[in-house]
Parts: sequence; C-alpha cells; structure tokens
Amino acid sequence: MASTLTAANRPMTRLRVFLGATQRGRLPLIPLAVMSVLLICALFAPLISPHDPTQIGMSKARLAPFENLTYPLGTDVMGRDMLSRLIYGARTGVFISLVALGTGAFVGTVLGLVAGFRGGWLDNLIMRAADAALGFPTVLVAMIIVTLLGAGIENIILAVALTVWARFSRMIRGDVLSIKELDFVTFAKIAGLSTPMIIMRHVFPNTINTLLVITSLQIGQVILLEASLSFLGLGLPPGDPAWGIMVSEGRTVLLQVWWLSLLPGVAITIVVLAFNFFGDWMRDTLDPKLRRI
Amino acid sequence: MQRYILTRVIQAIITLLILSLAVFLSVHLTGNTADYLLGPETTEADYEQLKKNFGLDRPLIVQYADFLTDIARLDFGTSFLKGRPARDILMSRLPATLQLAGAAFALSVIVGVPLGILSAVKRDGFLDNFGKLFAIMGIATPNFWIAIMLIMLFGAILGWLPTFGRGGIEHFVLPAFVLGWSAMAGMVRLGRSSMLEVLDSEYVKFARVKGLSEKLVVWKHALKNAVIPLLTFSGLTLAGLLNGSVAVEVVFAWPGIGQLMLQGIQTRDFAIVQATVLAAGFFYIVTALLVDILYAYVNPRIRYD
Repeated sequence: MASTLTAANRPMTRLRVFLGATQRGRLPLIPLAVMSVLLICALFAPLISPHDPTQIGMSKARLAPFENLTYPLGTDVMGRDMLSRLIYGARTGVFISLVALGTGAFVGTVLGLVAGFRGGWLDNLIMRAADAALGFPTVLVAMIIVTLLGAGIENIILAVALTVWARFSRMIRGDVLSIKELDFVTFAKIAGLSTPMIIMRHVFPNTINTLLVITSLQIGQVILLEASLSFLGLGLPPGDPAWGIMVSEGRTVLLQVWWLSLLPGVAITIVVLAFNFFGDWMRDTLDPKLRRI
Repeated sequence: MQRYILTRVIQAIITLLILSLAVFLSVHLTGNTADYLLGPETTEADYEQLKKNFGLDRPLIVQYADFLTDIARLDFGTSFLKGRPARDILMSRLPATLQLAGAAFALSVIVGVPLGILSAVKRDGFLDNFGKLFAIMGIATPNFWIAIMLIMLFGAILGWLPTFGRGGIEHFVLPAFVLGWSAMAGMVRLGRSSMLEVLDSEYVKFARVKGLSEKLVVWKHALKNAVIPLLTFSGLTLAGLLNGSVAVEVVFAWPGIGQLMLQGIQTRDFAIVQATVLAAGFFYIVTALLVDILYAYVNPRIRYD
C-alpha cells in the first residue's frame, strides 16, 4: 500500500521539485534588461546619442517630448537634447558608481581579510574604524569631503568609497573567521605557505559569494547617493550631463518644462529598482544565509 | 550590562573625536584663514602678523586642543557672511530640523509599523501587495526627485498644499512624507519579516493549539516580540532622518540646519560648516548610542554577549 502511494506520488513530487527549482533559479529578466541597456548607454554614449549633449541652441529650446522627432524626448531650456543628456548621464552615473563601489569593495575586502585572518589588535583597530565609518551618515561624510577637497567627481568617489568599505570589511571578516578554522587552511599552513599566499589562494576565493552579494545589494544605494550629491551641486560642475544635475536644473521651470525634472528621476528610479531586484536575486541564489539582510 | 554601556560610550566618544578631527582638518587644509582674509597686495609681515593674531602659527596639535575646548563651549566661531556667531545661527535653525525629523519619524512609525504588521498577518492580501510596492518604491526613488514631483502635483497643479517654507500643519505634509518615505519603507519590510518570523515560532503555535482566539494570538502574543527589532530600527531611523534632511530641506526651502550646511559649503563659510556638521554628527552618534543602550535593556541577549 505504502509503496503504491509513493509510486503514485512520485511524478507529482518530481514536478513540484522541478518547478520549485526553476522558480528559485529563475533569472530576473527585466532587471537584467534594464542593466544591459544602462551598460550599453554608458559604454557607447558617443555612438548612440543622437546629438551632442552639451550643444546649446535657443531656436530649439523647450521642445516637449515627441513634439519634434529629431529630439524624441524633447530639449531643455538651453535647447540641449534630453535623450542625449540622459544617455551621457547614464555614463557619468555608472562610471562614478562603479569606480566608487569598486574602490570601497577593494579596500573593504582587503581590510576584512586581514582583520579576520590576523585577529588581535589589528582586527580590533580595523573593526573600530569600520564602526566609526558606519557611524557617520553618508551625506555628512560627503559634505565634509567636499569642504575638505572641493566639489568634483574624484571627491564624490572618495566620499562614497569611505562610507561603503566598512560594510564589505564587516561581512568579509565574518566569513574569514569561519573559513580560517577549516582544514584546508590548516593544511596550507602545514605545507608552509606564506600568510599572504594562504589569504589570496585559499581564503579569498571562498569569500567571493559574499562579495558579489554585498556589491549587488549596494549598487542601487550608491547610484542614489551619487544622484543626491550631484543634485546638491557637490559633484560635477553645473551643466554637465548627470541625472542629479538634470533634476536640479528642472526645478525652477517645473510647470513650463516639466519633463526636465521628470525624465532623469524616472531613469534613476528604474535603474535603482533594477539593481535592487537583481541584488535580492543574487542574495537568494548565492547566499541563503544572508537572506535576512 | 555596565561593561556593555561603558564600551559603547567609549566607542561613541572615539567616533565623536574622529568627527571633530575631520572637521578641524577640513577647515585647516582647505584654506588658511589668513589667505582668505588678506588681499594679494599684503606683505609677508602682514601675513605673519595675521597668522599670529589667529593663532595659526602654533603647532597643529595645540590648535586642535584649542578647537576642542572651543567646541566644548559651543563656540564655533563667527560666520563670515552674516557676522553673527555660528552658534546663534545654528540654534535658530535647529528647531525647524528637529520638528521636520520628528514629524517624518512619527509618520514612519504610525504608517510603517501597522502596515508591516498587517502585511504579515494577512499575507499575500491586498494590503501586503500594496505594502510591498510602497516599500520597494520608497527605497528606490530619490527623495529630492519625489519632493519636486509632489510639489508639482500638489502645489502647482492641484494647489492643495503649500510647497515651501515653514508654517502651519499643512506645511509639514509634503516634506515630512518625502523625508519619511524611505524610513516607512524600512519599517514595513522589517515589521513584516519580523512578524512573519514570530508567527511561525513555536510559542505562537502553542498558543494556537491551546485554543486561544486568533485575535489574542496575533495581537497579544505575537505582536510583543515582533516589535523588538522595530525598536532598534526606529531609533536608527530617527538618527538618519536628522541628517537625511539636507536635500529635502533644500527642495522645500525649509529653514533647517541641512539647508544651512549646504549654504555654508557653497559660500565657504567655515564657521557655519563647522557648527552644522558637528551638530548633525553629534545628534547622529548620541542617538545611536542611546538606542543601543535602550536595546540592551530590552534584549538581554545583547547585554551578556
């Protein structure tokens, strides 16, 4: 009796397992599409954009979207093409965010590896520094840096990197603490490998999952932060094509030139949404134990 | 417990010192006050005299010690532009920021917590889906942009609400919502996951098996434990709101310290920058400290760690 029951059930269970598996492994297609478009815009901005994003022309100023199909998304108060500015804005945003996040991730990972593997006072020092870094709100750090060094791309990057590294350090250190107790690390030690070698060859590869998950969860936040700083005029010089700056330019002419603020904001929201969904998917797929963050 | 509090207090003091050092250096490295005040035609002797008058010829460490005693007495120097002590300007702006942050915080608790809890209780229902959308959008939309869009909609087109400056209750609606949205989103998410976890726990199952009514199980037994994580989160949110308000204050022309800070940076008015950055950092660090201590009282597991 029991055997017939299981036999009868088996196809169903199999089907359910299969469906479950594909559901879990289902690729986030829409976020991936958005990310690809963004990346293509960033990489090939000069090739794709129909016009020069900084070319001023009063005769073609304030065209609404779809009013004149040479300028599909309209033009701003100075007659600059919106679509081209959005495409170049993607380039700026992606560049700043990736460099900032990359720097933060690199520094944070190195410090996390060292702190976790060495322990002792070095660990204490790095972790207290991480606490301090997490103790400051990002906008405040950015403000201090801008006062310290002036506005500019490199300072935005520095500000973001300074606040982001600590998150990487903390998580990576946590991973390393458990990895270094594992047998293969002991064997590597016995085999006489130097500490940097053990960290590089045997510990670091095991933290890559965590690294990818935190990175993908942070991208959205970094893009938002970059946009806010540009909006406040702490980043690029005014007039440059950056989404935050474009929103700010539209503020004074909200009613007449409504698309000026609206479009870049929509772009930011869509991109951040895509990265957030992608980050959630990465976390669920790669690292189930991080699911609650 | 005392040990825990002591460690946290020391940590907070260290963070405050790092902050003060960063501010001190930023003021020092960006521009020597002497360079700033003197024109190009001044002689070397004038320059040295001015440096002496301002105490800029002494070693950095002595100047830093002076700086610390000054800020301990809340003396941030005089604003270049307004010719008044930065402390007075800061104090006149502080209430506006505190009120706005308070309103945003209240809104995020009043809306966020119930929405999160109800989302979990009626899982996959209409409210849950709405809550999810609300939370996802709250985290992904830039607050300065939402602020502008709401001004356009409710201020300019519909004309229902005032869009700038401080005034009666109606002046709070838009800025408080914009500032509080991401906090609300966080509350909804955390409230939901925390309640779901509690509802799945053994003691709740036991309460159900015991035959208690669903109402009693959810609103008495489960709620109590689901609220604990929200408590810490709400404290941190409050601290974050105090500082997250720069862009919101700028867009709504809200006369608070966020707006003052940005003006200070734009005009390179160092006294103002010092005062606002130190004040904002101080509030953030002290609030975070108080929350941690409060949390240790509520949750014994942390105390004995």
